[in-house]
Amino acid sequence: MSPASTRSLSSRQRSIIGTAALFLIPAFVVLGVYMFYSIFDSFRLSLVDWNGVSPDKTFVGLANWQELIGDARFRLALLNNFKVVIFSILIQLPIGMLLAFFLDTAGKKANVFKVIWFLPLLMSSVAIGFLFKYIYDPAFGLISPLSRMLGGKNIDLLGNPSLALFAVIIVICWQFIPFYMVYFLAGLSSLPVEIYEAAIIDGATRARYFTAIALPMLKNTFINAVILSMVGSLKYFDLIYVMTEGGPSGSTELMATYMFKNAFTTMRMGYGSTVASAMFLIITFTSLITMNIMRRGGDK
Amino acid sequence: MIGSKLFRKIRRVSPLGMLLYLIIGLAALLWFVIAGMPFFHMVLSSFKEQFEIYNNGVFAWPEGFYLENYKTVLQGGFTTYLINSIIVVITSLILILFISALSAYVFSRLKFKLRSPIYALVVACMAIPIHVTLIPIYMLTQRIGLYDNIFALIGPYVAFNLPLSIFILTGFMMDIPGDIEESAEIDGCGKIMTFFRIILPLSLPGMATLGIYNSVNMWNEFSFALVLTQKPANRTLPLAVWEYQGQYTANITMIMTVLALTALPMIIAFIIGQDKLVKGMMVGAVKG
Repeated sequence: MSPASTRSLSSRQRSIIGTAALFLIPAFVVLGVYMFYSIFDSFRLSLVDWNGVSPDKTFVGLANWQELIGDARFRLALLNNFKVVIFSILIQLPIGMLLAFFLDTAGKKANVFKVIWFLPLLMSSVAIGFLFKYIYDPAFGLISPLSRMLGGKNIDLLGNPSLALFAVIIVICWQFIPFYMVYFLAGLSSLPVEIYEAAIIDGATRARYFTAIALPMLKNTFINAVILSMVGSLKYFDLIYVMTEGGPSGSTELMATYMFKNAFTTMRMGYGSTVASAMFLIITFTSLITMNIMRRGGDK
Repeated sequence: MIGSKLFRKIRRVSPLGMLLYLIIGLAALLWFVIAGMPFFHMVLSSFKEQFEIYNNGVFAWPEGFYLENYKTVLQGGFTTYLINSIIVVITSLILILFISALSAYVFSRLKFKLRSPIYALVVACMAIPIHVTLIPIYMLTQRIGLYDNIFALIGPYVAFNLPLSIFILTGFMMDIPGDIEESAEIDGCGKIMTFFRIILPLSLPGMATLGIYNSVNMWNEFSFALVLTQKPANRTLPLAVWEYQGQYTANITMIMTVLALTALPMIIAFIIGQDKLVKGMMVGAVKG
Protein backbone atom coordinates (compact mmCIF):
# COMPACT_ATOMS: atom_id res chain seq x y z
CA MET A 1 0.00 0.00 0.00
CA SER A 2 1.55 3.26 -1.02
CA PRO A 3 1.00 6.02 1.49
CA ALA A 4 0.20 8.61 -1.17
CA SER A 5 -2.78 6.79 -2.66
CA THR A 6 -4.39 5.90 0.65
CA ARG A 7 -3.79 9.12 2.49
CA SER A 8 -7.32 10.49 2.11
CA LEU A 9 -8.84 7.13 3.01
CA SER A 10 -6.67 6.63 6.05
CA SER A 11 -7.36 10.11 7.38
CA ARG A 12 -11.04 9.37 6.98
CA GLN A 13 -10.52 6.07 8.78
CA ARG A 14 -8.60 7.86 11.49
CA SER A 15 -11.44 10.31 12.01
CA ILE A 16 -13.88 7.39 12.27
CA ILE A 17 -11.73 5.70 14.88
CA GLY A 18 -11.42 8.98 16.75
CA THR A 19 -15.19 9.45 16.83
CA ALA A 20 -15.74 5.80 17.77
CA ALA A 21 -13.32 6.05 20.67
CA LEU A 22 -14.84 9.31 21.88
CA PHE A 23 -18.38 7.90 21.72
CA LEU A 24 -17.48 4.60 23.39
CA ILE A 25 -15.58 6.13 26.31
CA PRO A 26 -18.60 6.81 28.54
CA ALA A 27 -20.01 3.30 28.13
CA PHE A 28 -16.67 1.65 28.75
CA VAL A 29 -15.88 3.75 31.79
CA VAL A 30 -19.16 2.64 33.39
CA LEU A 31 -18.91 -1.00 32.30
CA GLY A 32 -15.23 -1.06 33.21
CA VAL A 33 -15.76 0.11 36.77
CA TYR A 34 -19.01 -1.64 37.61
CA MET A 35 -18.67 -4.85 35.62
CA PHE A 36 -15.18 -5.79 34.44
CA TYR A 37 -13.35 -4.51 37.50
CA SER A 38 -16.06 -5.87 39.84
CA ILE A 39 -15.89 -9.37 38.39
CA PHE A 40 -12.11 -9.34 38.63
CA ASP A 41 -12.33 -8.03 42.19
CA SER A 42 -14.85 -10.70 43.12
CA PHE A 43 -12.45 -13.45 42.06
CA ARG A 44 -9.61 -11.68 43.88
CA LEU A 45 -11.66 -11.45 47.08
CA SER A 46 -12.57 -15.13 46.79
CA LEU A 47 -8.99 -15.83 47.85
CA VAL A 48 -9.09 -13.95 51.14
CA ASP A 49 -10.60 -14.27 54.57
CA TRP A 50 -12.14 -10.96 55.53
CA ASN A 51 -15.00 -9.70 57.70
CA GLY A 52 -15.63 -6.56 55.67
CA VAL A 53 -14.66 -4.19 58.47
CA SER A 54 -11.14 -4.89 59.70
CA PRO A 55 -8.35 -3.29 57.68
CA ASP A 56 -6.50 -6.54 57.05
CA LYS A 57 -7.56 -9.23 54.69
CA THR A 58 -5.85 -12.58 55.17
CA PHE A 59 -4.82 -14.26 51.95
CA VAL A 60 -5.93 -17.88 52.17
CA GLY A 61 -5.35 -19.07 48.63
CA LEU A 62 -7.85 -21.61 47.44
CA ALA A 63 -9.14 -22.47 50.92
CA ASN A 64 -12.49 -20.79 50.27
CA TRP A 65 -12.90 -22.73 47.04
CA GLN A 66 -12.07 -25.96 48.84
CA GLU A 67 -14.65 -25.12 51.46
CA LEU A 68 -17.19 -24.38 48.71
CA ILE A 69 -16.69 -27.78 47.10
CA GLY A 70 -17.39 -29.51 50.41
CA ASP A 71 -20.21 -27.12 51.38
CA ALA A 72 -23.48 -29.07 51.62
CA ARG A 73 -25.48 -25.85 51.94
CA PHE A 74 -24.14 -24.56 48.64
CA ARG A 75 -24.94 -27.85 46.93
CA LEU A 76 -28.46 -27.61 48.34
CA ALA A 77 -28.76 -24.06 47.02
CA LEU A 78 -27.56 -25.16 43.60
CA LEU A 79 -30.04 -28.03 43.58
CA ASN A 80 -32.85 -25.65 44.59
CA ASN A 81 -31.79 -23.28 41.83
CA PHE A 82 -32.13 -26.05 39.28
CA LYS A 83 -35.52 -27.02 40.71
CA VAL A 84 -36.64 -23.43 40.25
CA VAL A 85 -35.31 -23.50 36.68
CA ILE A 86 -37.15 -26.70 35.79
CA PHE A 87 -40.46 -25.83 37.44
CA SER A 88 -40.36 -22.30 36.03
CA ILE A 89 -39.99 -23.63 32.52
CA LEU A 90 -42.57 -26.39 32.98
CA ILE A 91 -45.21 -24.16 34.58
CA GLN A 92 -44.68 -20.67 33.20
CA LEU A 93 -44.19 -21.40 29.52
CA PRO A 94 -47.21 -23.67 28.86
CA ILE A 95 -49.59 -21.46 30.87
CA GLY A 96 -48.17 -18.34 29.24
CA MET A 97 -48.69 -19.95 25.84
CA LEU A 98 -52.29 -20.94 26.64
CA LEU A 99 -53.13 -17.45 27.87
CA ALA A 100 -51.54 -15.95 24.77
CA PHE A 101 -53.58 -18.30 22.59
CA PHE A 102 -56.74 -17.24 24.42
CA LEU A 103 -55.97 -13.52 23.98
CA ASP A 104 -55.04 -14.01 20.34
CA THR A 105 -58.31 -15.83 19.64
CA ALA A 106 -60.55 -13.52 21.64
CA GLY A 107 -59.01 -10.30 20.33
CA LYS A 108 -59.96 -6.90 21.70
CA LYS A 109 -62.98 -8.28 23.57
CA ALA A 110 -60.68 -9.86 26.12
CA ASN A 111 -58.85 -6.64 26.97
CA VAL A 112 -60.02 -6.80 30.59
CA PHE A 113 -58.33 -10.16 30.91
CA LYS A 114 -55.17 -8.83 29.35
CA VAL A 115 -55.01 -5.89 31.77
CA ILE A 116 -55.52 -7.99 34.90
CA TRP A 117 -53.21 -10.74 33.69
CA PHE A 118 -50.49 -8.22 33.03
CA LEU A 119 -50.59 -6.55 36.46
CA PRO A 120 -48.19 -8.89 38.36
CA LEU A 121 -45.41 -7.89 35.99
CA LEU A 122 -45.55 -4.28 37.15
CA MET A 123 -45.11 -4.93 40.85
CA SER A 124 -41.65 -5.15 42.33
CA SER A 125 -40.50 -8.58 43.50
CA VAL A 126 -40.22 -7.18 47.01
CA ALA A 127 -43.83 -6.06 47.05
CA ILE A 128 -44.98 -9.38 45.60
CA GLY A 129 -42.89 -11.22 48.16
CA PHE A 130 -44.47 -9.41 51.09
CA LEU A 131 -47.94 -9.65 49.62
CA PHE A 132 -47.67 -13.43 49.35
CA LYS A 133 -45.94 -13.76 52.68
CA TYR A 134 -49.13 -12.41 54.20
CA ILE A 135 -51.36 -14.44 51.88
CA TYR A 136 -49.52 -17.57 53.04
CA ASP A 137 -49.60 -16.49 56.70
CA PRO A 138 -50.90 -19.48 58.70
CA ALA A 139 -53.17 -17.39 60.92
CA PHE A 140 -54.19 -14.34 58.93
CA GLY A 141 -53.53 -15.23 55.31
CA LEU A 142 -55.89 -16.47 52.63
CA ILE A 143 -54.77 -20.10 52.44
CA SER A 144 -55.54 -21.24 55.99
CA PRO A 145 -59.14 -19.93 56.11
CA LEU A 146 -59.79 -21.71 52.83
CA SER A 147 -58.35 -24.89 54.26
CA ARG A 148 -60.48 -24.51 57.41
CA MET A 149 -63.58 -23.99 55.28
CA LEU A 150 -62.84 -27.29 53.60
CA GLY A 151 -62.48 -28.92 57.01
CA GLY A 152 -58.68 -28.89 57.18
CA LYS A 153 -56.23 -27.30 59.55
CA ASN A 154 -54.17 -24.14 59.33
CA ILE A 155 -51.43 -24.59 56.76
CA ASP A 156 -48.04 -22.98 57.22
CA LEU A 157 -46.69 -23.26 53.69
CA LEU A 158 -43.56 -21.19 54.25
CA GLY A 159 -42.75 -22.76 57.60
CA ASN A 160 -42.75 -26.30 56.31
CA PRO A 161 -39.37 -27.30 54.81
CA SER A 162 -40.92 -29.77 52.41
CA LEU A 163 -43.50 -27.30 51.05
CA ALA A 164 -41.70 -23.95 51.23
CA LEU A 165 -39.79 -24.18 47.96
CA PHE A 166 -42.88 -25.19 46.08
CA ALA A 167 -44.89 -22.38 47.68
CA VAL A 168 -42.26 -19.89 46.58
CA ILE A 169 -42.09 -21.32 43.05
CA ILE A 170 -45.86 -20.78 42.73
CA VAL A 171 -45.33 -17.09 43.50
CA ILE A 172 -42.46 -16.85 41.01
CA CYS A 173 -44.75 -18.36 38.38
CA TRP A 174 -47.52 -15.94 39.31
CA GLN A 175 -45.09 -13.10 38.77
CA PHE A 176 -43.60 -14.22 35.46
CA ILE A 177 -46.43 -15.96 33.59
CA PRO A 178 -47.65 -12.54 32.32
CA PHE A 179 -44.23 -11.94 30.82
CA TYR A 180 -44.32 -15.13 28.76
CA MET A 181 -47.95 -14.46 27.94
CA VAL A 182 -47.19 -11.13 26.25
CA TYR A 183 -44.03 -12.57 24.77
CA PHE A 184 -45.89 -15.41 23.06
CA LEU A 185 -48.75 -13.09 22.17
CA ALA A 186 -46.28 -10.90 20.30
CA GLY A 187 -44.99 -14.04 18.56
CA LEU A 188 -48.49 -15.19 17.60
CA SER A 189 -49.42 -11.77 16.25
CA SER A 190 -46.28 -11.66 14.14
CA LEU A 191 -47.25 -14.79 12.19
CA PRO A 192 -48.53 -13.90 8.70
CA VAL A 193 -52.35 -13.75 8.47
CA GLU A 194 -52.26 -15.54 5.11
CA ILE A 195 -51.06 -18.75 6.70
CA TYR A 196 -53.94 -18.73 9.14
CA GLU A 197 -56.47 -17.99 6.40
CA ALA A 198 -55.08 -20.74 4.19
CA ALA A 199 -55.28 -23.23 7.06
CA ILE A 200 -58.90 -22.33 7.82
CA ILE A 201 -59.90 -22.53 4.16
CA ASP A 202 -58.28 -25.97 4.02
CA GLY A 203 -60.62 -27.00 6.82
CA ALA A 204 -58.41 -26.71 9.87
CA THR A 205 -59.99 -25.70 13.17
CA ARG A 206 -58.57 -22.89 15.27
CA ALA A 207 -57.13 -25.39 17.74
CA ARG A 208 -55.59 -27.41 14.92
CA TYR A 209 -54.07 -24.26 13.44
CA PHE A 210 -52.56 -23.50 16.80
CA THR A 211 -51.03 -26.91 17.46
CA ALA A 212 -50.03 -27.91 13.92
CA ILE A 213 -48.96 -24.57 12.44
CA ALA A 214 -48.50 -21.76 14.98
CA LEU A 215 -46.60 -23.76 17.61
CA PRO A 216 -43.97 -25.17 15.23
CA MET A 217 -43.54 -21.72 13.69
CA LEU A 218 -42.92 -20.24 17.11
CA LYS A 219 -40.15 -22.73 17.85
CA ASN A 220 -37.43 -20.10 18.04
CA THR A 221 -39.58 -17.83 20.21
CA PHE A 222 -40.07 -20.79 22.50
CA ILE A 223 -36.35 -21.56 22.63
CA ASN A 224 -35.59 -17.96 23.55
CA ALA A 225 -38.21 -18.15 26.28
CA VAL A 226 -36.57 -21.29 27.72
CA ILE A 227 -33.17 -19.58 27.81
CA LEU A 228 -34.62 -16.41 29.33
CA SER A 229 -36.44 -18.39 31.99
CA MET A 230 -33.36 -20.43 32.79
CA VAL A 231 -30.94 -17.53 33.16
CA GLY A 232 -33.53 -15.59 35.15
CA SER A 233 -34.14 -18.49 37.54
CA LEU A 234 -30.45 -19.07 38.16
CA LYS A 235 -30.04 -15.42 39.22
CA TYR A 236 -33.19 -15.38 41.31
CA PHE A 237 -32.98 -13.45 44.59
CA ASP A 238 -35.38 -10.65 45.65
CA LEU A 239 -38.59 -12.56 46.16
CA ILE A 240 -37.10 -15.49 48.05
CA TYR A 241 -34.98 -13.26 50.24
CA VAL A 242 -38.07 -11.30 51.22
CA MET A 243 -40.32 -14.31 51.75
CA THR A 244 -38.10 -16.84 53.50
CA GLU A 245 -34.48 -15.64 53.55
CA GLY A 246 -33.65 -19.12 52.30
CA GLY A 247 -35.27 -20.91 55.21
CA PRO A 248 -36.70 -22.92 56.86
CA SER A 249 -33.43 -24.84 57.34
CA GLY A 250 -32.16 -24.07 53.85
CA SER A 251 -35.16 -25.50 52.05
CA THR A 252 -35.52 -22.41 49.84
CA GLU A 253 -31.84 -21.43 49.78
CA LEU A 254 -30.61 -20.27 46.37
CA MET A 255 -27.07 -19.41 45.29
CA ALA A 256 -27.87 -15.70 45.41
CA THR A 257 -29.46 -15.77 48.88
CA TYR A 258 -26.59 -17.87 50.20
CA MET A 259 -24.06 -15.47 48.73
CA PHE A 260 -25.91 -12.50 50.18
CA LYS A 261 -26.16 -13.96 53.67
CA ASN A 262 -22.50 -14.92 53.75
CA ALA A 263 -21.41 -11.47 52.66
CA PHE A 264 -23.85 -9.18 54.43
CA THR A 265 -25.31 -11.12 57.36
CA THR A 266 -22.44 -13.21 58.71
CA MET A 267 -19.97 -10.75 57.17
CA ARG A 268 -17.78 -13.36 55.53
CA MET A 269 -16.91 -11.18 52.55
CA GLY A 270 -14.22 -13.55 51.25
CA TYR A 271 -16.39 -16.63 51.24
CA GLY A 272 -19.34 -14.60 49.94
CA SER A 273 -17.15 -13.58 47.00
CA THR A 274 -16.29 -17.22 46.41
CA VAL A 275 -19.98 -18.12 46.24
CA ALA A 276 -20.60 -15.12 43.95
CA SER A 277 -17.74 -16.09 41.64
CA ALA A 278 -18.92 -19.69 41.52
CA MET A 279 -22.39 -18.44 40.70
CA PHE A 280 -20.95 -16.38 37.86
CA LEU A 281 -19.10 -19.38 36.45
CA ILE A 282 -22.10 -21.71 36.79
CA ILE A 283 -24.49 -19.26 35.12
CA THR A 284 -22.08 -18.46 32.31
CA PHE A 285 -21.35 -22.10 31.49
CA THR A 286 -24.93 -23.31 31.88
CA SER A 287 -26.24 -20.62 29.58
CA LEU A 288 -23.49 -21.14 27.00
CA ILE A 289 -24.13 -24.88 26.91
CA THR A 290 -27.90 -24.52 26.79
CA MET A 291 -27.74 -21.88 24.09
CA ASN A 292 -25.52 -24.10 21.97
CA ILE A 293 -27.74 -27.15 22.35
CA MET A 294 -31.01 -25.31 21.87
CA ARG A 295 -29.88 -23.10 19.02
CA ARG A 296 -28.49 -26.09 17.16
CA GLY A 297 -31.80 -27.87 17.66
CA GLY A 298 -33.69 -24.76 16.59
CA ASP A 299 -31.86 -24.33 13.31
CA LYS A 300 -32.78 -27.76 12.01
CA MET B 1 -55.18 -10.48 16.36
CA ILE B 2 -55.03 -12.72 13.34
CA GLY B 3 -58.23 -12.92 11.36
CA SER B 4 -60.69 -12.92 14.22
CA LYS B 5 -63.22 -11.73 11.62
CA LEU B 6 -62.59 -14.79 9.52
CA PHE B 7 -62.85 -16.89 12.64
CA ARG B 8 -66.31 -15.55 13.36
CA LYS B 9 -67.48 -16.27 9.83
CA ILE B 10 -66.45 -19.88 9.84
CA ARG B 11 -68.00 -21.67 12.76
CA ARG B 12 -67.25 -25.28 12.08
CA VAL B 13 -66.64 -26.19 15.65
CA SER B 14 -66.97 -29.87 16.50
CA PRO B 15 -68.31 -31.00 19.90
CA LEU B 16 -64.75 -31.82 20.90
CA GLY B 17 -63.72 -28.35 19.82
CA MET B 18 -66.55 -26.87 21.88
CA LEU B 19 -65.34 -28.75 24.92
CA LEU B 20 -61.83 -27.49 24.30
CA TYR B 21 -63.04 -23.90 24.11
CA LEU B 22 -65.06 -24.39 27.28
CA ILE B 23 -61.99 -25.68 29.10
CA ILE B 24 -59.85 -22.83 27.80
CA GLY B 25 -62.55 -20.32 28.77
CA LEU B 26 -62.78 -21.73 32.29
CA ALA B 27 -59.01 -21.76 32.61
CA ALA B 28 -58.95 -18.13 31.49
CA LEU B 29 -61.49 -17.24 34.14
CA LEU B 30 -59.58 -19.19 36.77
CA TRP B 31 -56.39 -17.38 35.89
CA PHE B 32 -58.28 -14.09 36.02
CA VAL B 33 -59.12 -14.87 39.65
CA ILE B 34 -55.61 -16.10 40.48
CA ALA B 35 -53.96 -13.04 38.92
CA GLY B 36 -56.42 -10.52 40.33
CA MET B 37 -57.10 -11.96 43.80
CA PRO B 38 -53.86 -10.87 45.50
CA PHE B 39 -54.38 -7.29 44.25
CA PHE B 40 -57.99 -7.33 45.37
CA HIS B 41 -56.96 -8.65 48.77
CA MET B 42 -54.24 -6.01 49.05
CA VAL B 43 -56.49 -3.05 48.23
CA LEU B 44 -59.40 -4.33 50.29
CA SER B 45 -57.24 -4.95 53.36
CA SER B 46 -55.69 -1.50 53.10
CA PHE B 47 -59.11 0.02 53.87
CA LYS B 48 -59.54 -2.01 57.05
CA GLU B 49 -58.65 -1.15 60.61
CA GLN B 50 -55.87 -3.21 62.11
CA PHE B 51 -58.09 -5.44 64.22
CA GLU B 52 -60.81 -6.04 61.66
CA ILE B 53 -58.74 -8.83 60.16
CA TYR B 54 -58.46 -10.54 63.52
CA ASN B 55 -62.13 -10.05 64.44
CA ASN B 56 -63.97 -10.44 61.14
CA GLY B 57 -61.66 -12.74 59.22
CA VAL B 58 -59.70 -11.90 56.09
CA PHE B 59 -62.55 -12.32 53.62
CA ALA B 60 -64.89 -9.81 55.25
CA TRP B 61 -65.74 -6.56 53.50
CA PRO B 62 -64.23 -3.50 55.25
CA GLU B 63 -66.54 -2.14 57.97
CA GLY B 64 -66.08 1.37 56.72
CA PHE B 65 -63.97 3.17 54.19
CA TYR B 66 -61.04 3.51 56.57
CA LEU B 67 -58.37 5.90 55.32
CA GLU B 68 -56.20 6.27 58.43
CA ASN B 69 -53.69 3.69 57.12
CA TYR B 70 -53.06 5.82 54.06
CA LYS B 71 -52.74 8.96 56.17
CA THR B 72 -50.25 7.32 58.53
CA VAL B 73 -48.12 5.92 55.73
CA LEU B 74 -48.10 9.13 53.72
CA GLN B 75 -47.19 11.19 56.77
CA GLY B 76 -44.54 8.70 57.89
CA GLY B 77 -41.91 9.57 55.31
CA PHE B 78 -43.33 7.63 52.42
CA THR B 79 -42.89 10.62 50.13
CA THR B 80 -39.14 10.61 50.87
CA TYR B 81 -38.85 7.13 49.34
CA LEU B 82 -40.97 8.23 46.43
CA ILE B 83 -38.87 11.32 45.73
CA ASN B 84 -35.64 9.31 46.08
CA SER B 85 -36.94 6.77 43.58
CA ILE B 86 -37.93 9.48 41.12
CA ILE B 87 -34.51 11.20 41.37
CA VAL B 88 -32.57 7.95 40.93
CA VAL B 89 -34.68 6.64 38.06
CA ILE B 90 -34.72 9.91 36.10
CA THR B 91 -30.99 10.63 36.50
CA SER B 92 -30.01 7.07 35.61
CA LEU B 93 -32.42 6.97 32.70
CA ILE B 94 -31.01 10.13 31.10
CA LEU B 95 -27.47 8.75 31.45
CA ILE B 96 -28.44 5.31 30.12
CA LEU B 97 -30.22 6.68 27.07
CA PHE B 98 -27.49 9.17 26.20
CA ILE B 99 -24.57 6.80 26.74
CA SER B 100 -26.24 3.92 24.92
CA ALA B 101 -27.18 6.18 22.00
CA LEU B 102 -23.54 7.22 21.65
CA SER B 103 -22.36 3.59 21.62
CA ALA B 104 -25.19 2.39 19.41
CA TYR B 105 -24.21 5.04 16.86
CA VAL B 106 -20.69 3.64 16.77
CA PHE B 107 -21.90 0.04 16.39
CA SER B 108 -24.52 0.81 13.77
CA ARG B 109 -22.79 3.43 11.64
CA LEU B 110 -19.00 3.50 11.97
CA LYS B 111 -16.96 0.78 10.30
CA PHE B 112 -13.61 -0.09 11.86
CA LYS B 113 -11.58 -3.17 12.55
CA LEU B 114 -12.42 -4.06 16.14
CA ARG B 115 -16.10 -3.17 15.95
CA SER B 116 -17.51 -6.73 16.07
CA PRO B 117 -15.46 -8.01 19.02
CA ILE B 118 -16.17 -4.86 21.06
CA TYR B 119 -19.86 -5.17 20.29
CA ALA B 120 -19.82 -8.86 21.25
CA LEU B 121 -18.19 -7.95 24.56
CA VAL B 122 -20.94 -5.43 25.33
CA VAL B 123 -23.68 -7.89 24.38
CA ALA B 124 -22.10 -10.61 26.54
CA CYS B 125 -22.42 -8.29 29.54
CA MET B 126 -26.19 -8.82 29.42
CA ALA B 127 -25.75 -12.22 31.06
CA ILE B 128 -23.74 -11.02 34.06
CA PRO B 129 -25.60 -11.67 37.31
CA ILE B 130 -25.62 -8.63 39.57
CA HIS B 131 -24.67 -10.73 42.59
CA VAL B 132 -21.14 -11.32 41.33
CA THR B 133 -20.57 -7.55 41.49
CA LEU B 134 -22.46 -6.83 44.71
CA ILE B 135 -19.55 -7.10 47.17
CA PRO B 136 -17.00 -5.24 45.01
CA ILE B 137 -19.48 -2.45 44.26
CA TYR B 138 -20.38 -2.22 47.95
CA MET B 139 -16.69 -1.81 48.82
CA LEU B 140 -16.09 0.62 45.98
CA THR B 141 -19.05 2.74 47.09
CA GLN B 142 -17.65 2.94 50.61
CA ARG B 143 -14.19 3.86 49.31
CA ILE B 144 -15.44 6.74 47.19
CA GLY B 145 -17.63 8.00 50.05
CA LEU B 146 -20.96 7.48 48.33
CA TYR B 147 -22.22 4.83 50.75
CA ASP B 148 -25.73 5.51 52.07
CA ASN B 149 -26.38 8.11 49.39
CA ILE B 150 -29.04 7.70 46.70
CA PHE B 151 -26.48 8.71 44.07
CA ALA B 152 -24.54 5.54 44.84
CA LEU B 153 -27.28 3.66 43.00
CA ILE B 154 -26.88 5.53 39.74
CA GLY B 155 -23.58 3.91 38.70
CA PRO B 156 -24.72 0.30 39.06
CA TYR B 157 -28.13 1.05 37.57
CA VAL B 158 -26.56 2.64 34.50
CA ALA B 159 -24.02 -0.17 34.16
CA PHE B 160 -26.53 -3.01 34.38
CA ASN B 161 -29.02 -1.43 32.00
CA LEU B 162 -26.44 -0.34 29.42
CA PRO B 163 -25.70 -3.61 27.57
CA LEU B 164 -29.31 -4.37 26.70
CA SER B 165 -29.97 -0.71 25.87
CA ILE B 166 -26.98 -0.55 23.53
CA PHE B 167 -28.10 -3.80 21.90
CA ILE B 168 -31.66 -2.55 21.32
CA LEU B 169 -30.63 0.91 20.11
CA THR B 170 -28.02 -0.51 17.75
CA GLY B 171 -30.73 -2.60 16.12
CA PHE B 172 -32.99 0.42 15.98
CA MET B 173 -30.36 2.68 14.41
CA MET B 174 -29.46 0.07 11.80
CA ASP B 175 -33.01 0.39 10.51
CA ILE B 176 -32.65 4.13 9.97
CA PRO B 177 -31.95 4.62 6.25
CA GLY B 178 -28.42 5.78 5.47
CA ASP B 179 -29.15 8.26 2.65
CA ILE B 180 -30.13 11.12 4.96
CA GLU B 181 -26.75 11.09 6.65
CA GLU B 182 -24.88 10.70 3.38
CA SER B 183 -26.38 13.90 2.06
CA ALA B 184 -25.62 15.58 5.36
CA GLU B 185 -22.04 14.38 5.13
CA ILE B 186 -21.72 15.70 1.60
CA ASP B 187 -22.95 19.05 2.92
CA GLY B 188 -19.94 19.01 5.23
CA CYS B 189 -21.54 17.66 8.38
CA GLY B 190 -19.00 15.76 10.51
CA LYS B 191 -19.71 12.44 12.27
CA ILE B 192 -20.41 14.08 15.59
CA MET B 193 -22.75 16.65 14.05
CA THR B 194 -24.53 13.92 12.10
CA PHE B 195 -25.15 12.03 15.30
CA PHE B 196 -26.65 14.97 17.17
CA ARG B 197 -28.54 16.50 14.24
CA ILE B 198 -29.87 13.40 12.49
CA ILE B 199 -29.45 10.05 14.23
CA LEU B 200 -30.35 11.12 17.75
CA PRO B 201 -33.66 12.80 16.82
CA LEU B 202 -34.64 9.87 14.59
CA SER B 203 -33.91 7.39 17.41
CA LEU B 204 -36.26 9.03 19.90
CA PRO B 205 -39.14 6.53 19.39
CA GLY B 206 -36.78 3.62 20.07
CA MET B 207 -35.38 5.41 23.09
CA ALA B 208 -38.88 6.00 24.45
CA THR B 209 -39.75 2.29 24.39
CA LEU B 210 -36.39 1.44 25.87
CA GLY B 211 -36.86 4.11 28.53
CA ILE B 212 -40.09 2.49 29.69
CA TYR B 213 -38.41 -0.88 30.10
CA ASN B 214 -35.44 0.55 31.98
CA SER B 215 -37.63 2.69 34.23
CA VAL B 216 -39.80 -0.23 35.33
CA ASN B 217 -36.66 -2.25 36.07
CA MET B 218 -34.98 0.47 38.11
CA TRP B 219 -38.17 1.48 39.86
CA ASN B 220 -38.44 -2.05 41.25
CA GLU B 221 -34.73 -2.74 41.88
CA PHE B 222 -33.99 -4.14 45.31
CA SER B 223 -30.52 -5.72 45.75
CA PHE B 224 -28.32 -2.67 45.14
CA ALA B 225 -30.71 -0.40 47.02
CA LEU B 226 -30.56 -2.75 50.00
CA VAL B 227 -26.77 -3.01 50.04
CA LEU B 228 -25.70 0.50 49.11
CA THR B 229 -28.05 2.54 51.30
CA GLN B 230 -28.81 2.32 54.98
CA LYS B 231 -30.87 5.18 56.43
CA PRO B 232 -34.57 5.30 55.53
CA ALA B 233 -34.07 8.88 54.34
CA ASN B 234 -31.71 7.60 51.64
CA ARG B 235 -33.69 4.64 50.42
CA THR B 236 -35.90 4.03 47.41
CA LEU B 237 -39.45 2.76 47.11
CA PRO B 238 -38.80 -1.02 47.10
CA LEU B 239 -37.04 -0.53 50.43
CA ALA B 240 -40.03 1.37 51.83
CA VAL B 241 -41.87 -1.91 52.04
CA TRP B 242 -38.86 -3.43 53.73
CA GLU B 243 -38.63 -0.64 56.34
CA TYR B 244 -42.36 -0.50 57.06
CA GLN B 245 -42.43 -4.26 57.38
CA GLY B 246 -39.94 -4.06 60.24
CA GLN B 247 -41.92 -1.25 61.83
CA TYR B 248 -45.44 -2.70 61.51
CA THR B 249 -44.86 -6.46 61.51
CA ALA B 250 -48.13 -7.26 63.23
CA ASN B 251 -50.16 -4.58 61.49
CA ILE B 252 -51.16 -6.38 58.32
CA THR B 253 -53.53 -3.72 57.02
CA MET B 254 -50.78 -1.10 57.31
CA ILE B 255 -48.37 -3.25 55.29
CA MET B 256 -51.05 -3.79 52.67
CA THR B 257 -51.45 -0.01 52.44
CA VAL B 258 -47.73 0.43 51.86
CA LEU B 259 -47.81 -2.29 49.19
CA ALA B 260 -50.78 -0.71 47.48
CA LEU B 261 -49.06 2.69 47.50
CA THR B 262 -45.81 1.34 46.04
CA ALA B 263 -47.69 -0.45 43.27
CA LEU B 264 -49.88 2.57 42.51
CA PRO B 265 -47.48 4.66 40.36
CA MET B 266 -46.85 1.72 38.01
CA ILE B 267 -50.54 0.89 37.78
CA ILE B 268 -51.35 4.53 36.94
CA ALA B 269 -48.62 4.47 34.29
CA PHE B 270 -50.11 1.26 32.92
CA ILE B 271 -53.59 2.76 32.70
CA ILE B 272 -52.26 5.83 30.87
CA GLY B 273 -50.06 4.07 28.35
CA GLN B 274 -51.09 0.42 28.30
CA ASP B 275 -49.88 -0.51 24.83
CA LYS B 276 -46.65 1.45 25.11
CA LEU B 277 -45.86 -0.19 28.43
CA VAL B 278 -46.54 -3.70 27.15
CA LYS B 279 -44.36 -2.95 24.14
CA GLY B 280 -41.68 -1.52 26.41
CA MET B 281 -41.67 -4.56 28.66
CA MET B 282 -41.22 -6.77 25.61
CA VAL B 283 -37.91 -5.06 24.87
CA GLY B 284 -36.35 -7.30 27.48
CA ALA B 285 -37.45 -10.41 25.65
CA VAL B 286 -34.66 -10.19 23.13
CA LYS B 287 -32.19 -11.06 25.85
CA GLY B 288 -30.54 -14.43 25.49
